[in-house]
Amino acid sequence: MAGSSPVVEGTSAPDTVKILIAGGFGVGKTTMVGSVSEIVPLRTEEPLTSAGLGVDDLGGIPEKHATTVALDFGRITLSQELVLYLFGTPGQQRFWFMWNDLAIGALGAVVLVDVRRPESSFAAIDFFERRGIPFVVGVNGFHGEHPYAPEEIREALALPENAHVLLCDARDRDSCRDVLIALIDQLIARSAQSNGTGRPAGPA
Amino acid sequence: MNGGDSAGRLVRPFTLTGGRTRPSRADFTLITSVTTVDPPPARAERPQPEQARILRLCAKPLVVAELAAQLDLPVSVVCIMLSDLLEAGRITARAPREISRTSDLDLLQKVRDGLGRL
Repeated sequence: MAGSSPVVEGTSAPDTVKILIAGGFGVGKTTMVGSVSEIVPLRTEEPLTSAGLGVDDLGGIPEKHATTVALDFGRITLSQELVLYLFGTPGQQRFWFMWNDLAIGALGAVVLVDVRRPESSFAAIDFFERRGIPFVVGVNGFHGEHPYAPEEIREALALPENAHVLLCDARDRDSCRDVLIALIDQLIARSAQSNGTGRPAGPA
Repeated sequence: MNGGDSAGRLVRPFTLTGGRTRPSRADFTLITSVTTVDPPPARAERPQPEQARILRLCAKPLVVAELAAQLDLPVSVVCIMLSDLLEAGRITARAPREISRTSDLDLLQKVRDGLGRL
């Protein structure tokens, strides 16, 4: 949604910011959102018609999920004045068009990678790289086990040298929090760097 | 999470919006906070049932995504109803913090501090 000007001033609502949790289908995005969220992850469902597919042809399709994109999200109240929202991006690649809207105004993203099939998160990494959106890679171990070192994952995913790769467990709150902190630390470093030179920092 | 909704809802979502599929203004993002104006403006029209639900839910600030989840309606539909309510002066909306990727150290530090306290 475009439009950046504040609508109406003077309410007591806290500031809101968001981080995207991305990655392939079934890599643990909703699990991660649920681990750090103070609320049970909420879900909204968008009919595909609203995203421009244009045809409201629901007749004869019994399964609702066939015609909607589900969006799971959670909330972390950081202080009285600041609330962080985590949005899990739709995993299926064919729903990539929703990510554009989601990405607008995001601080950055966590790309979750399933250690057993890292290739399923290629599309997500590509999406954020192309748009210059800062991200860190969280390698979600199956049952929390990590057979590969971050270096090996970086190589397998053809990630640049300076990309942050963290081993994590999407089921574990502290682990997920640490991934979020790594993302914010990266943003702070970039911000400090660019303030120093007066120019934006290079891609993460 | 949604419960079973296999029977479908009674009212198709876009009948709530008079058939419109786009809001008249694009002010609402997923994390725009919405707050009901209380007391309502003088000469306010009686809200439709779904609008009345929004006004109740937003007695305290609520972001669009949470509102949509609680109403079990698509975000796009909720945004259209919200733009009507905004134009009628029934709600206020607060846009999310503008993110400038290069400079907002203060905001980032606040996020960092908040996460550190978790």
